[in-house]
Amino acid sequence: MLSRSEILQTIDMIDQQHLDIRTITMGVSLLSCCDPNPETACRKVYEKITRSAERLVQTGEDIEREFGIPIVNKRISVTPMALVAAASDTGDYVPFAKAMDRAAHTCGVNFIGGYSALVHKGMTEADRKLIQSIPEALSETELVCSSVNVGSTRSGINMDAVRLLGQTVKKTAQRTADRDSLGCAKLVIFCNAVEDNPFMAGAFHGVGEAERIINVGVSGPGVVYHALQSVKGRPFDEVAETVKKTAFRITRMGELVAREASRRLDTPFGIVDLSLAPTPAVGDSVARILEEMGLEVCGTHGTTAALALLNDAVKKGGVMASSSVGGLSGAFIPVSEDEGMIAAARAGVLQMDKLEAMTCVCSVGLDMIAVPGDTTADTIAAIIADEAAIGMVNNKTTAVRIIPACGKGVGDTVEMGGLLGAAPVMPVHRESAADFIARGGRIPAPLHSLKN
Amino acid sequence: MNAIVTVIGKDRVGIIADVCGLLAKNQVNVLDISQTVMQDYFTMIMMVDVSGAQLPFSELVKLLEEEGKAVNLSIRAMREDIFNAMHRI
Repeated sequence: MLSRSEILQTIDMIDQQHLDIRTITMGVSLLSCCDPNPETACRKVYEKITRSAERLVQTGEDIEREFGIPIVNKRISVTPMALVAAASDTGDYVPFAKAMDRAAHTCGVNFIGGYSALVHKGMTEADRKLIQSIPEALSETELVCSSVNVGSTRSGINMDAVRLLGQTVKKTAQRTADRDSLGCAKLVIFCNAVEDNPFMAGAFHGVGEAERIINVGVSGPGVVYHALQSVKGRPFDEVAETVKKTAFRITRMGELVAREASRRLDTPFGIVDLSLAPTPAVGDSVARILEEMGLEVCGTHGTTAALALLNDAVKKGGVMASSSVGGLSGAFIPVSEDEGMIAAARAGVLQMDKLEAMTCVCSVGLDMIAVPGDTTADTIAAIIADEAAIGMVNNKTTAVRIIPACGKGVGDTVEMGGLLGAAPVMPVHRESAADFIARGGRIPAPLHSLKN
Repeated sequence: MNAIVTVIGKDRVGIIADVCGLLAKNQVNVLDISQTVMQDYFTMIMMVDVSGAQLPFSELVKLLEEEGKAVNLSIRAMREDIFNAMHRI
């Protein structure tokens, strides 16, 4: 029999500590939609997505009500569109993005991911066309998210793609300048991208996945923060233990919801992604967890160590709770989406270089960072290259989601609204990396032995 | 199927009667009750069996919430599974 305190603890987590299922994401394979005629292909894409995810939102809402746990987002991820569009005789891939957008609106989901290309070793013609179409695709659609994988531990970093993406990010910012360069919030550049990530903007349905799959992303920075308040001043062993136990409980809940959704939608259950994904709401911040460990402000010396402990303990608790933990699992540090990070960046304590160091020990990377609008495409490409190098060498996923805010400078704020939050514009180094980026070619894959 | 019903409201005469009446009307069987009054606030946790209920569970949740609001009570029903998942291995 459940005890009174256990019941109240769960209810308190949901009511007071922002515990929620961040997303139920249905992955849909679109490989069967390839067609030489682009119009036919787009129609097939629309039809397959709407047919597959017809009941996704309704089912999510039913589970939400019955279990009493908020399910914030219902989303769809699809096969990287460059693979699907490659079969069509056309130079214009924007209609594919529009077909995805229409399908997402019909299904009632709040994002659809997979306007993507995987170019970590080389680019096909289709990959190039897709990347070049990203600025237009993101400015003319509302719900489409795009991602490009430019590097991997096994194949190195495709620096031609990195250069092209530096320009793509700039153009996307310019095309959506009237909306605070919002388009860039929907574009992620990965190294070692995962195929089963349920979180946006980087979700896509990998080619090694089944026809359809349900992936669930669980969150709960507020719950971890609250739990840590009971071990104030105690040694780190106890901190790690507390985080682990909390992560375990959260993941168990995520797995329950994932299995229930999978059963009701008659779709195989893929993974639970246990990520501490913050929101701009007070009490739902990863930065505040780090500060709770004893740092005055997130970003000061000690932040990387605190984050390393947090990230590892979250994973350990998670893998004990479910045999299908996957995706990006760990702690996210998106600046604009985290109330504590925003405050730390505004105070000037949290800097770009520190964020880069933090990405060495946590999941994902430089996320939702606004930089001055006059930052050059080369500098953005160099930032992408740095981040991809961290991922490549450390055998982990890293990503860059950066917003060169048109017409804004350091001290200004970019307002994204909703879960995307607000980002204070951060300074970048002014010295040029143009000659470095102009080289192109490939940075070779790192050695897999002699690890020192 | 079992569910956990929690009831919170300002203490007054007849809260248990109101809630139990509502549950009985919907063929919900009460298995266990734990109740206390904290600083004028009445809080009750019930374990109930909803297998006999005519309404689908999601509608029952909505009905309890609405009927509760009408008599100034916050009534929340959640499937027991979520608590078991979190607290039992």
